[in-house]
Amino acid sequence: MSTATSPNGTQQKPSFTTAASVYVNERTSVAGFVKELGRKAFPDHWSFLLGEVALFAFVVVLITGTFLTFFFQASMAEVHYDGSYVPLKGVEMSVAMASTLDISFDVRGGLFVRQMHHWAALLFIAGIGLHMLRVFFTGAFRKPRELNWVIGFVMFILAMGEGFTGYSLPDDLLSGNGLRIIDGMIKGMPLIGTWTSFLLFGGEFPGTAIVGRLYTLHILLLPALLVALVALHLVFVVVHKHTQYAAPGKTQLNAVGPPILPTYAAKAGGFFFIVFGVLALIASLFTVNPIWNYGPYDPSPVSAGTQPDWYIGFADGALRLIPPGWEFVWLDRTWSFNILVPLIALGGFIVAAMLYPFIEAWVTGDKREHHIADRPRNNPTRTAIGAAGVTFYAGLWAAASSDILATHFSLTMEGVIHALQATVVIGPFIAYFIAKRVCIALQKKDREIVLHGYESGRIVKLPGGEFIEVHQPLDEYDRWKLVSYESYQPLMLRPNARGKITVGQRVRAAVSRWFFEDRIAPVTKRELEAAHSSHHDAAELEAAPSSQH
Amino acid sequence: MNRSKRRTGRRHPLATVALLALGLVFTGGAYAAVSSGTAAQAEADPTSQQTIEEGKKLFQANCATCHGLEAQGTEFGPSLIGVGAASVDFQVGTGRMPMQMQGPQAQEKPVQFTDEQVKQLAYYVASLGPGPDIPEDHLVDGGGDAANGAELFRINCAMCHNVAGAGGALTQGKYAPPLTDVSGVHIYEAMVTGPQNMPVFNDLNISPEDKRDIITYLKYVQDNRSPGGFELGALGPVAEGLFIWVFGLGVIVAITVWITAKSN
Repeated sequence: MSTATSPNGTQQKPSFTTAASVYVNERTSVAGFVKELGRKAFPDHWSFLLGEVALFAFVVVLITGTFLTFFFQASMAEVHYDGSYVPLKGVEMSVAMASTLDISFDVRGGLFVRQMHHWAALLFIAGIGLHMLRVFFTGAFRKPRELNWVIGFVMFILAMGEGFTGYSLPDDLLSGNGLRIIDGMIKGMPLIGTWTSFLLFGGEFPGTAIVGRLYTLHILLLPALLVALVALHLVFVVVHKHTQYAAPGKTQLNAVGPPILPTYAAKAGGFFFIVFGVLALIASLFTVNPIWNYGPYDPSPVSAGTQPDWYIGFADGALRLIPPGWEFVWLDRTWSFNILVPLIALGGFIVAAMLYPFIEAWVTGDKREHHIADRPRNNPTRTAIGAAGVTFYAGLWAAASSDILATHFSLTMEGVIHALQATVVIGPFIAYFIAKRVCIALQKKDREIVLHGYESGRIVKLPGGEFIEVHQPLDEYDRWKLVSYESYQPLMLRPNARGKITVGQRVRAAVSRWFFEDRIAPVTKRELEAAHSSHHDAAELEAAPSSQH
Repeated sequence: MNRSKRRTGRRHPLATVALLALGLVFTGGAYAAVSSGTAAQAEADPTSQQTIEEGKKLFQANCATCHGLEAQGTEFGPSLIGVGAASVDFQVGTGRMPMQMQGPQAQEKPVQFTDEQVKQLAYYVASLGPGPDIPEDHLVDGGGDAANGAELFRINCAMCHNVAGAGGALTQGKYAPPLTDVSGVHIYEAMVTGPQNMPVFNDLNISPEDKRDIITYLKYVQDNRSPGGFELGALGPVAEGLFIWVFGLGVIVAITVWITAKSN
């Protein structure tokens, strides 16, 4: 930190960097922090970068969104459009729509930034989705990371809210239809529905207030919450350390990988610019949300092929899949079960996914910390539950594009709907069964490889005339990956201290049995030794094949 | 050395390609000359008895199986008396008739007749009873008010054909076709005759000038592709979502694999 003294005793002037860092450190004491953080190791695996994809896309959304706020006017006052787009000239529309058209056609670079904002938002939520799938299927939500899973899940929901409020802002026909669906869903709730709708829209739909209100949510409240939660999420990543996949030298107590400074920071920084660049490229080449096609919102027209953006698709699909006739009048009120059932089903699905870490922790009763991420096959039941959830979601998601599936694959709309109804109801069970069997089969294969080695493809004839295939033994590094996992045994019912078996215990035992009944235990050291000794003759045979002749 | 080596009498590797290109240019040119020659004769006089006679012959050879010898209709096809020239020009001129097979609705396919034959058929059917006529050129040239047309299109047409004319699904396997390459005449004829599952928009519903505006809007969309870049089929959020998952996220994930490949 002090100035260097040269051998001949004269003082050398410190370099600018040294002087600057000394200056900053003397006033902020940041050195300790940088030293601590900069030396944090970050395990290297492509799937660990998926959260960063979401984060970087979010940064792009923030940057482009700031630009858009300079020109967007969140007002529903009516004007006659007088910009450059000919097929809308003179058409009456809200100021919000007109200013969005101006951004698209009359602000320099406006259309590019608008498209980048929208594409980045789509990538942001897609990135979150893929990141969540990675965390789920590798069990990276286990202690101590349960709360971070919940934080991430809340961010996923907030991001959907950001997306919905964002694409509703231009007040175009498509987004107006989307708002009308939300209005219908709110009004479908018993007792509070109508009141809530009037509160939200400031009167009867659509009113003149909603765009301004959504704008406040979109650029103030939701981003503030998201930024705060992102920060918290990252703090937790630092506090918990990152998970890592099993490999020699990687334990529950360490994190093996390049340090943040300089390697990892450089990689991540570069990766940000790659994400930025890919989004810029997409935004410059591909149209997104062409509001000039949709025209201004008017409650009467609804276009064919009206869909929400992809992340709201599962909710739209749920509405589409409900069979007709699920509403009836009772106590002089209309009960819209065609809306309530999807609301409850989706709400239940989301809450179950959010609370899954706690459910699994309760079933296993495991109170230890886990820093080694699972391979999905090594927890077959969890993976199968995930596959069932993905199938359920994907069925609803596909249902949102039922009409496009029908036209583009020359199918009947009714056929598509019925097939997807079956997918959503029966599909998860089939997916559960298949995924579990595939996982167990893969575990068996791993076990086989550990015990008996790879099939080498070399056929050897024994003196007795028998043909055998020589198996190549696995080297230690590869074996590590295949044997280091945990396999829980089903919970044994035991009376508690007072000699009773509680109902809770019974339920837990039943769930535990369901979870861990079918399991393949990892190869133990003894099994390995036993397998190797029995292979001795084959190994000898391989070592000295000429002596056998 | 090099020079003498080149003159070995062997053809240049691109010689075949050049020869092929030359051949194609000649064939194409000749074809274009011949087909424009036939197009010049395609003007059929709607009033002449000869046109109607020719049309009748064509009708009896190609359409009578389903529509009856006198176009009176059979159990396989409706009567065509009074459907007008516009209807025939649309159905035959877009290749929907003669129908390839019974199904939810007649599908578009390559046109089976020359323009002249289509007109002969149309005027023959028109001679059987009064009906909508083939529209005049000034109604279908796309010279109207695109903004008014766009608004009318959104209110009257977009619920089936989609705001950008990308088409849409109907019930029981029926569909509203895309309007991305339909000619002005055929759009007009479709509006006045209501083919397949389409309702009729008569002149009291939408005046001829308004129809002209709608055609103007559709022509605008056909001629001016999206200012934002590739349209992904103008299908809206489904295509966009599919794109960002498959290409956007696909590219990014490939890059993450590349970034972390070395250290592993």
